[in-house]
Amino acid sequence: MADLRSEFVGIKSPNPFWLASAPPTDKEYNVRRAFEAGWGGVVWKTLGEEGPPVVNVNGPRYGAIYGADRRLLGLNNIELITDRPLQTNLREIKAVKRDYPDRAVVVSLMVPCEEAAWKTILPLVEETGADGVELNFGCPHGMSERGMGSAVGQVPEYIEMVTRWCKQYTRMPVIVKLTPNISDIRKPAEAAHAGGADAVSLINTINSITSVNLDLFAPEPMIDTKGAHGGYCGPAVKPIALSMVSEIARNPVTANLPISGIGGVTTWRDAAEFIALGAGNVQVCTAAMTYGFKVVEEMISGLGQWMDEKGHESVASVVGRAVPNCSDWQNLNLNYVAKARINQDDCIKCGRCFAACEDTSHQAITMSADRTFEVIDDECVACNLCVNVCPVENCITMERIEPGQMDERTGKVVEADFADWTTHPNNPGTCAAE
Amino acid sequence: MTNSVNTNGVVAGRLDADALADNFSDLHPPLDDHEALVAADRCYFCHDAPCMTACPTTIDIPLFIRQIATGTAESAAKTIFDQNILGGMCARVCPTETLCEEVCVREVAEGKPVLIGQLQRYATDKVMDAGVHPFERAGATGKAVAVVGAGPAGLAAAHRLAMLGHSVVIYDARPKGGGLNEFGIAAYKSVDGFAQDEVDWLLQIGGIEMRYGQALGDGLSLDGLKSEYDAVFLGVGLGGVNALRAEGEDKDGVRDAVDFIAELRQADDLTALPVGRRVVVIGGGMTAIDAAVQSKLLGAQDVTVAYRRDKSAMGASEFEQVLATSHGVRIAFNAQPVRVLGNGKATGVEFERTDSSGGELKPTGETFVIEADQVFKAIGQTLTMDAGLEIERGKIVVTSDGRTSADGIWAGGDCALGGDDLTVTAVAEGRDAAMDIHAKLMGKGA
Ligand SMILES: Cc1cc2nc3c(=O)[nH]c(=O)nc-3n(C[C@H](O)[C@H](O)[C@H](O)COP(=O)(O)OP(=O)(O)OC[C@H]3O[C@@H](n4cnc5c(N)ncnc54)[C@H](O)[C@@H]3O)c2cc1C
Ligand SMILES: Cc1cc2nc3c(=O)[nH]c(=O)nc-3n(C[C@H](O)[C@H](O)[C@H](O)COP(=O)(O)O)c2cc1C
Ligand code: SF4
Ligand code: SF4
Ligand code: SF4
Repeated sequence: MADLRSEFVGIKSPNPFWLASAPPTDKEYNVRRAFEAGWGGVVWKTLGEEGPPVVNVNGPRYGAIYGADRRLLGLNNIELITDRPLQTNLREIKAVKRDYPDRAVVVSLMVPCEEAAWKTILPLVEETGADGVELNFGCPHGMSERGMGSAVGQVPEYIEMVTRWCKQYTRMPVIVKLTPNISDIRKPAEAAHAGGADAVSLINTINSITSVNLDLFAPEPMIDTKGAHGGYCGPAVKPIALSMVSEIARNPVTANLPISGIGGVTTWRDAAEFIALGAGNVQVCTAAMTYGFKVVEEMISGLGQWMDEKGHESVASVVGRAVPNCSDWQNLNLNYVAKARINQDDCIKCGRCFAACEDTSHQAITMSADRTFEVIDDECVACNLCVNVCPVENCITMERIEPGQMDERTGKVVEADFADWTTHPNNPGTCAAE
Repeated sequence: MTNSVNTNGVVAGRLDADALADNFSDLHPPLDDHEALVAADRCYFCHDAPCMTACPTTIDIPLFIRQIATGTAESAAKTIFDQNILGGMCARVCPTETLCEEVCVREVAEGKPVLIGQLQRYATDKVMDAGVHPFERAGATGKAVAVVGAGPAGLAAAHRLAMLGHSVVIYDARPKGGGLNEFGIAAYKSVDGFAQDEVDWLLQIGGIEMRYGQALGDGLSLDGLKSEYDAVFLGVGLGGVNALRAEGEDKDGVRDAVDFIAELRQADDLTALPVGRRVVVIGGGMTAIDAAVQSKLLGAQDVTVAYRRDKSAMGASEFEQVLATSHGVRIAFNAQPVRVLGNGKATGVEFERTDSSGGELKPTGETFVIEADQVFKAIGQTLTMDAGLEIERGKIVVTSDGRTSADGIWAGGDCALGGDDLTVTAVAEGRDAAMDIHAKLMGKGA
């Protein structure tokens, strides 16, 4: 089977699947069981300063969004960083790392934005034998109200400053965990890079309210009739996380900055997608919280099967393979012309494609009295909506009109040459070729 | 000249070839990709899953279903074969309604289990159809093991032993391998020569030599095997058939259900296979149901399964009973055979009504006759050899590791005491005995 061993900023693990800093990694008991189940590494639940630990709410801290059959698609939480004493955590980290030298043990940290605070805690972590630290600049609730977490992550200057302190006070690799609650993810990544970070990890959770209780007119999850926004994670956030990871991987400033991909990783495929977009490894929280530690077995077998089938020898050989194909809209080929094609043998005649196209798209599907659905090439703009709404996989496909053939909609012959918006005559900014 | 369902006597060609082909097609057609995804999606990936505990071979069901759900059926198949090398056959023949699917949390909660058996078939078919054998032999150990019987127990033991690097010779009295997979299982559960394909696929592991037409007790002796090999595994099944102990058992038209099924399974041309117009099957187990349903599918007009106790005591599961009745088979309960009627040729069976309400079987004195030109006996199979081993309740006594009373001899499957007489149980016992043989031969066992 393919070699799944992973090396991320010099930290080795038997596979690229780490548990993200969260309840699954909050204590020795969990982490030992996670390692027995096969996880390659953990990022320990975020530690705070020495002193009385933070407290959590004593009512619901989670809310959820479901798909059909009550499949958990999104999770929202208002949990804070670890609520156990610092010394207890440090002692446990040391014991676990000693017993599992082949697994990655990274410690997540969040202390006030003061040099002394970081200078104090880093040697304590180093003493445990941990492999690295992750700076939690992402937590979007509670801690941010106290000037930590995403309150730091939203200010690139702070990120750079704290990262620099950390690089100064420890020899351990420093991973900076980013918040997605920001308009341009490239900025905090650049700041981390400027501060000397060894890597970034993303995403932390997204500000969210899962639902509103319409009897009590209160947001969920609700504590004693009040609710606070929480952090959203799980399968629902994956598309957002993928995009952010790709942005950092594509940015020339951070192109060589290692990325730990986080956000909705639930199956081997999700992991492979993050890796293809530039992540060196992945971190998982919600999938483990939903299905238990055993879920990693499918991730390991699936990634291995895929790599074997495709002949990818190592995880490293796949990292970033999709990045060159991440482009900007203005550079997409406007001479690529496609049409929807309905396979009549597969069609179950539900009419969803018709409703979608007729009511909301380009009136490019006809419906006959006997419920036969056909695409009108004169009208089809190849928007893909019918493909997306058809309940039968591969029943509707997009097929390319080869160069030299007629596009019935425009009445023009499809050209072979690449042509994008930058050179399009309708673009007021088009520079005439010289 | 042509026969039909109305022709009296035991005759061939009651139905034409097309109708027969249709009748004997797959009981559950394979799931297509979409159906498999929808079915897999229903699994909750339960913790310490009850389905897994209920599987005699302890297949990691939640894991393999999740692997199907994530588009890696090949990994799913590996998960299955790791525990059960005959996972392909078990997917077809396991009475899932009394095993994994009975305890699936979705069966318990909603009466609709995850389709574990069909999903198992989906995954195993993918790999077997591609001809891929996902295991490799370990380096040769220099040890040799004799396996007697090429049924599920023997094949599972042989595969595991060969995989661990031992060299294995399988002896079987029949001219083909597979045991009851080949000669017993209902035709519509294992179509298109699957049993032989599975044997061929399994043998791809290498290191297993097949010697057909060689029977223990008839040429081969246990002592001889013991001195020639480092260990012996017996998986000879139950070759004999219980006697009816009813008058007229020797009349024409009376035969063992297992022989009839074996003949059916081996028939190249079902239009040439004779069956009665009125068939009575005596027994209450899976064999009785299979003989009855297949008689009906061959074109018998009236088929009755006569069982001496009541419904609750019947060995055949509710699913099997419904399968039979949905094919038009009648099940007569509390019917004890007294004598086969007829002058040389069977014309009917006289039964006495029993009362089994108190658990004990009591004759009531009332008798009745069911007309029949063919009578099948399906009242249990028996061990045909003892070879000096300790026997209890007609089976070879074994430990949980499959050790018999004689040193160096293991046994498993139907011939061994303990466990249900099922394909999957035979596989589990063969595999576990192989692990114990391995431990013993490599000096790790007691
Ligand atoms: C009609 C029928 C239908 C069934 N349907 C089902 C079903 O749907 N699902 C299910 O799970 N189970 C079913 N069973 C039970 C299942 O087939 C058996 O439990 C299973 O085959 C037992 O496997 P085994 O390896 O112990 O024995 P067998 O499958 O009986 O194999 C024994 C092998 O040993 C060989 N042998 C016997 N004696 C000797 C000898 N002296 N020397 C050399 N070789 C010998 C035989 O030729 C045979 O190949 C059915 C059984 C019958 C009879
Ligand atoms: C209950 C809960 C607590 C979390 N606590 C932390 C934390 O202490 N530190 C941190 O960096 N991230 C924390 N996270 C965020 C996760 O590490 C992760 O970034 C996020 O959940 C996205 O990944 P996922 O979709 O796999 O869950 C928490 C997430 C959850 C659900
Ligand atoms: S998951 Fe456990 S700790 Fe949380 S509410 Fe349920 S029982 Fe309580
Ligand atoms: S949505 Fe798909 S299945 Fe439904 S009518 Fe259109 S093509 Fe057919
Ligand atoms: S019991 Fe049913 S739902 Fe649970 S793991 Fe097994 S098959 Fe899936």
